Amino acid sequence: MSFDNLDTLYRQVIMDHYKHPRNRGKLEGDALVVDMNNPTCGDRIQLQLEVEDGKVKDAKFDGEGCSISMSSASMMTQAVKGKAVEDALRMSELFSDMMLGKEIDPGDLELGDIEALQGVAKFPARIKCATLAWKAMEQGVEKK
Amino acid sequence: MDARSIREQFPILNQEVNGHPLVYLDSSATSHKPLAVLEAVDAYYRNDNSNVHRGVHTLGTRATDKYEGAREKVQQFINARSTKEVIFTRGTTTAINTVAHSYARANLKPGDEVIITPMEHHSNIIPWQQAVKATGATLKYFELNDDGTLNMDDVKKSIGPQTKIVALTHVSNVLGTINPIKEIVELAHRQNAVVLVDGAQGAPHLKVNVQEIDCDFYCFSGHKMCGPTGIGILYGKQELLEEMEPVEFGGEMIDFVHLYDSTWKELPWKFEGGTPIIAGAIGLGAAIDFLNQIGMDEIEAHDQKLTNYAMERMREIEGLEIYGPAADKRSAVVTFNIDGVHPHDTATALDTMGIAVRAGHHCAQPLMRWLNATATARASMYVYNTEDDIDQLVSGLTRTKEFFGNVF
Repeated sequence: MSFDNLDTLYRQVIMDHYKHPRNRGKLEGDALVVDMNNPTCGDRIQLQLEVEDGKVKDAKFDGEGCSISMSSASMMTQAVKGKAVEDALRMSELFSDMMLGKEIDPGDLELGDIEALQGVAKFPARIKCATLAWKAMEQGVEKK
Repeated sequence: MDARSIREQFPILNQEVNGHPLVYLDSSATSHKPLAVLEAVDAYYRNDNSNVHRGVHTLGTRATDKYEGAREKVQQFINARSTKEVIFTRGTTTAINTVAHSYARANLKPGDEVIITPMEHHSNIIPWQQAVKATGATLKYFELNDDGTLNMDDVKKSIGPQTKIVALTHVSNVLGTINPIKEIVELAHRQNAVVLVDGAQGAPHLKVNVQEIDCDFYCFSGHKMCGPTGIGILYGKQELLEEMEPVEFGGEMIDFVHLYDSTWKELPWKFEGGTPIIAGAIGLGAAIDFLNQIGMDEIEAHDQKLTNYAMERMREIEGLEIYGPAADKRSAVVTFNIDGVHPHDTATALDTMGIAVRAGHHCAQPLMRWLNATATARASMYVYNTEDDIDQLVSGLTRTKEFFGNVF
């Protein structure tokens, strides 16, 4: 692996989400709140979800961490917003598989920007950074 | 000393990582092991493996001699008065916990104070949090100066008749700060408080003389000083250890076992319940021989020179912030951040160039909050590192900065 391999990890779209995070902030009203951190490295995220009628109506996040964890949180909120809880969870499963380097079949689910994180699978030490926001989402919808 | 010839004794360093020669700058996390240590552990298992202090057969005697021989090496290494004061543990964490369980719980009461510092590793914070919760005593912190050294005025003011235990690190694992242990011990002893020193980062780098600094407990780990993992030392003054109850009970540590009561072996064995870490102790003994051959004064001078060089070179990089005190007040640790680049990203980028540094909170969350940083990157050096390693680091950091500068 050479320095050029960094390009496969830090794709332009990842850095764009890191620099210009989507859905960053807090939701109004009584949203579901999940705080999660990665105790080994100090990354932390607060995820706020509005879940109604089995649907993720809105999602916002706040937190601190590396480009991978923060861009993944940004992409995750973008991806699950408007989706049925069931689909959001399916997507989370696909994402975990993608991180394990497995072949994935998204079927009717559009992965969109998330696909840019595929390269993380080659950096085992960073997989936990990428999955943090998804784990928070899973915990959030299970609370409901 | 010649770091290049020393380097040849560490087989692990002779490898490529991600297509580049390995540059290992994470010795504060764990150091590598020289051939002499690997061979000592190997020889023990091949030739002498047996349980210690029991049985009368020859292998048992050999294993016991080697195990107790290692204890003598440790005793001399830190200049303890006797081997009774040298207890083998699993590492620094277990050593500190032994004191926090046994000594602290027996001696603390409501109104008493334990004082530590904001630069402690979690392993020298949490045992005290638990001890004061169990006894109703209070936990306090000394203040730090802006450069990450201890504020000695505050230390003088804080230690009073209510102070029962002062626990602090010899060398900060994040800032590299070397604390004035001897002075603090004097202040504490005037108030009859005992002092425990976390020597995990001290013993590998500095000459330790427990009689001279007069601390009551000194705890350290083998694996950060060229020895194996899973072995560490609790040094304690004999009169204190004599009074302390063991924390672990079982075989090896008993004298007589009756149906409803038992008595303990004498020091140091009363603290070594169960089959001890025999190979680990022997490996640590070999590591001490290795360090002594180089000489601890030489190691200290080498570390100092390399730290000076690293700080000087790293300062050339614009936007790179170094945390902690000046080079002459620190050990071989340089913690830093590149402006706008998260330390995990820095560490990943360096790893693709074969350079190993640590990124994160370094098990020192309170200190991270004091630094106002959520995480930092850390380069730490040891006997086998050379200026060449630092040059590689600096060029790696420059490329990292360029890479992330460009993608933004």
